[in-house]
Amino acid sequence: MDKIDFLDLLNSGVTLLGDGATGSYLQTKGLEPGGCPEYMCDSHPDVIKGMAKNYLENGSNFVLTNSFGGNPFMLKKYGHKDLIKTLNIKAAQLARSEAKDDQFVIGSIGPTGEFLKPLGDVSEGEMSQAFHQQISALLEGGVDGIIFETMTSIEEITLGIKTAKQITDKPVIGSMVFDKGPRGLFTMMGITPEKAAKDLVDSGADVVASNCGNGSEIMVEVASELMMYSENPVMIQSNAGIPEIINGKIVYNEKPEFMAKNYLKMLDLGVKILGGCCGTDKHHIKEFRKLIDSQIKI
Amino acid sequence: MAIIHEGLSEEFKYVTKQNEQEHIGAMFDSSDLLMQEIAFNLIKGNNNEVYDLVKKALDQNYEANTVLDDGLIAGMAIVGVKFRDNVIFVPEVLISARAMKAGMEHIDPILSASGVEPIGTVIMGTVKGDLHDIGKNLCIMMLRGGGFTVHDLGVDTKPDEFIDAVLEHEATVVGMSALLTTTMPNMGVTIEAFEEAGLRDEVKILVGGAPVTKNFADEMGADGYGSNAVECVQIAKDILGVKG
Repeated sequence: MDKIDFLDLLNSGVTLLGDGATGSYLQTKGLEPGGCPEYMCDSHPDVIKGMAKNYLENGSNFVLTNSFGGNPFMLKKYGHKDLIKTLNIKAAQLARSEAKDDQFVIGSIGPTGEFLKPLGDVSEGEMSQAFHQQISALLEGGVDGIIFETMTSIEEITLGIKTAKQITDKPVIGSMVFDKGPRGLFTMMGITPEKAAKDLVDSGADVVASNCGNGSEIMVEVASELMMYSENPVMIQSNAGIPEIINGKIVYNEKPEFMAKNYLKMLDLGVKILGGCCGTDKHHIKEFRKLIDSQIKI
Repeated sequence: MAIIHEGLSEEFKYVTKQNEQEHIGAMFDSSDLLMQEIAFNLIKGNNNEVYDLVKKALDQNYEANTVLDDGLIAGMAIVGVKFRDNVIFVPEVLISARAMKAGMEHIDPILSASGVEPIGTVIMGTVKGDLHDIGKNLCIMMLRGGGFTVHDLGVDTKPDEFIDAVLEHEATVVGMSALLTTTMPNMGVTIEAFEEAGLRDEVKILVGGAPVTKNFADEMGADGYGSNAVECVQIAKDILGVKG
């Protein structure tokens, strides 16, 4: 039997569920404050496999690889520049090893942390090259698609998407983080959901998405705007609220049931892919699975 | 209120709160067309123009302090308001910062030679383990634009590095930034280190960063919290009892 294709499944009308948080999960498994999460693919492969398993067996249709900061610019800062290929391949393989044929692994690519010229020092060619390295390694490790996430610069994310599309026919998701300011929703770099939705699709993104930065209430507003302007399916991965410190511990306050109520609103808006960002765990994923299953018309 | 520069008076329309209109308007009260031209070009991020105009003003025997206050700092006040109110975003602020830096190339040597005291000396860094410095850099440039001397320790700053810098520069304010929830607790660790070193009462500690909240700052025992780079300057002034 041929493996099911991510986009075919999505286009057939199925609502898909991604995974929960990576960072806050890894912290519970020994990631030091400020440690390099991607390096755990090498140092703690069982933890990374366990994380994929943890989400896949609780209802995720797909998981994201532990490769968010696996670009040359970020890894260099951690002193792991020579491990770019190794860590990204391992990130893909470890997640893939836990995924069944009808489950997917999407390669996660976060911001490079650099500004493109003329604002910063990095040329388009250099940044594209950096994305190329990471994408190639993730593909070599067996991912079923690529997600650029937590992005704020439209130039950076569209460059990444175009680079990915030159290398692979696999689906590419473009996901940006919006803040709600006095004049509405913008990324830190001043990009509205409207511009994001249009430019992401124009650059080749198969899915337009937003993740991180907000609790699920504001994410309903983000979803509404993305739905208004995106020609392609929309995906939302919300934080479980804004983190608070309680008795010295970081706590994300949105309970699964609370988030599910807002996620229901997103489904009503037409959002086709749900997932969780910072602070969401297997209990959230379980609840979202229940929500999606309860929506299937008989 | 005496804004005579046409472009600048257009920019001033972005200042909509009455108290800010009064406060920022007063910054232009005594300034002439050349100072307002500098402020305008700073707001627009025209770094070559700012560089040339500041030089021109100093050549015409304007005091370095006058150019700083009436040109650069006054312009930066409007940049700050536009940024907070979502009129402009990080790219525009970074470009204005570059223009500020261009002007300061002429002013810094004069001020340091004259021994003029800054309104405060601040040590800034992202906390241990945190490599994300965009927000910190915005705060630094806003603080410099507000008349503070800032020593930038960069990213991944360990507690003893903050302490050493405070001692070396006789700083009265420490600013810590964290973008990651994983590194946020290192703010508390640094504050404890100041306590252990017996220096906690010598400095005011300000914190900020995307996931940081007022509650978190209070819980950590920080003296102040700002949700953005504009607030950062006001809080630093308030905490030192500086007017303006």
